[in-house]
Amino acid sequence: MNNTFFQNQRSRESLLSQLKTMSESKIAQLKNDLQKEHISLIAAQANAPRREQKNYDTLILHNEQQMKIVNDYQHTQYQRLIASDAPKKPIVKNTLRAFLVGGLICVIAQLVMNFLTINTTLETKTISGLASVSIIVLTAILTGLGIYDEIGRFGGAGSMVPISGFANSIVSAAMEFKREGMVYGIGAKIFTVAGPVILYGTVASVLIGLIAYLGA
Amino acid sequence: MGTKIGQRTYQFSEDIYIHSYATVVGRKEYSGPLAAGFDYHFADNLHGEASWEKAEQKMQQYALELALSKGSLDPSVLDFFLGGDLLNQIIATTFTARNLTSPFLGLYGACSTFAEGLFLAACLIDGGFAQYTAVNASSHHDSVERQLRYPTEMGVQRLMTAQWTATAAGSYILGRQTSPFRITQAVPGRVVDMGISDNNDMGSAMAPAAADTIAAYLTDTKDEKLPDLIITGDLGVLGGQICLKLLLNQGWDVKNIYNDCGILLYTTEQDTHSGGSGSGCSAAVLGAYCLPRLEVKQLNKVLLVGTGALLSPASTQQGETIPCIAHGIVIESR
Repeated sequence: MNNTFFQNQRSRESLLSQLKTMSESKIAQLKNDLQKEHISLIAAQANAPRREQKNYDTLILHNEQQMKIVNDYQHTQYQRLIASDAPKKPIVKNTLRAFLVGGLICVIAQLVMNFLTINTTLETKTISGLASVSIIVLTAILTGLGIYDEIGRFGGAGSMVPISGFANSIVSAAMEFKREGMVYGIGAKIFTVAGPVILYGTVASVLIGLIAYLGA
Repeated sequence: MGTKIGQRTYQFSEDIYIHSYATVVGRKEYSGPLAAGFDYHFADNLHGEASWEKAEQKMQQYALELALSKGSLDPSVLDFFLGGDLLNQIIATTFTARNLTSPFLGLYGACSTFAEGLFLAACLIDGGFAQYTAVNASSHHDSVERQLRYPTEMGVQRLMTAQWTATAAGSYILGRQTSPFRITQAVPGRVVDMGISDNNDMGSAMAPAAADTIAAYLTDTKDEKLPDLIITGDLGVLGGQICLKLLLNQGWDVKNIYNDCGILLYTTEQDTHSGGSGSGCSAAVLGAYCLPRLEVKQLNKVLLVGTGALLSPASTQQGETIPCIAHGIVIESR
């Protein structure tokens, strides 16, 4: 019995290598055969004595792999067919807008820095921290007012890459999940978008710290 | 009793009608080209409710109540209430059902839910199990966005292939009493997956399922007159283009009678990119665009093809491709 399945799968290999030459109905027939074989295999395995059941695992796996080959082939054919239909991404326009918006955010931060440098006696380190904080506060307010998502739609990466994008992702999540309560809503979901940045940011800083420590 | 024609098409007996219907939409939809056709609109996406989910439930309830009122029916005459939406566990529909005394059957076919509901309701009436059956479907832009994508206030640039989930609900009451709209045939869809996994490109994912259903219908009814309009639920600009291409490859040129609910719902200035989507989309557009035209016989036979992408946030994150489905339902003027 097992041998018949094995032989069938062997002889199917050659068919699978020449899918390109086969008609759509031939391929449908092939899928139908594979499906029928899968049914027989599962049934045979279920009905086999317990110690022989394992013998079917490879056959079942092989059947599923063969089905995957046919599906993958059909998927590639479809991808090829629709390749020319996809609308062109407005890369130049988006890049320019990202440059403008991202640049503008940095200019605002620089203005804050210049203002504080001229008018206060604070250290440069403190001033740059304050500049970041003011961008964060500004973003939080703009997000709350429902303006930042419009800036994001216009500026794309330009609004996402600076620290404002990070602030926006936290505030927007907090606003979104307020209705599920302070604990299960805001508490549990506030970092749904920013979480990966915080986690991997921390991991990266630990690694870099280690390197710096070992290098010193 | 209904009969099967060809491989996949069903022909209902003579007397199943859309007795009455109503549509409720959000602000953006009400600012679109079909505004005059909707029965009710919400001035904002909350309509005074505490959450978007609650607002969506209200849309469904209003739609049903308006449909009952337009048809001069008491809720107690409904033998069944069928429906679905895009929320987890279809709560907009189930919470609407808790105000009713009729038996309820919850449906999920993503954005094809509405067409699926019409088909099942017609079957129930055709089989003699019901006199009146209500079918509801809804979607709400914000409640869907938060569930499937990002928080709504997050500044994300949407892709050109992306579609805009419509804030809309429709309620349709089917019965045996004569009306201008007769449901005559249906082609229930099968699941088709052509390997698209990008959830920002549902049009490309759903087009093969729609083409499969439309081709099945055209083949089964090749001796009959073609519909005046083949309208897909939410393939959008890109999906519609691909669907027509797939049909043309099979020898069906239906470009002149083809349209899409998602495209009709908004103007291009409304920045929806590839068009509208959502289970409320086809329910709203059928009522606002197709039925009024059937009523004055500007159209005589419409094939509505509700298209659905059967994915979940988990399947997307696990890198699965998107299985899709399309149910066809034929509505003729009397």
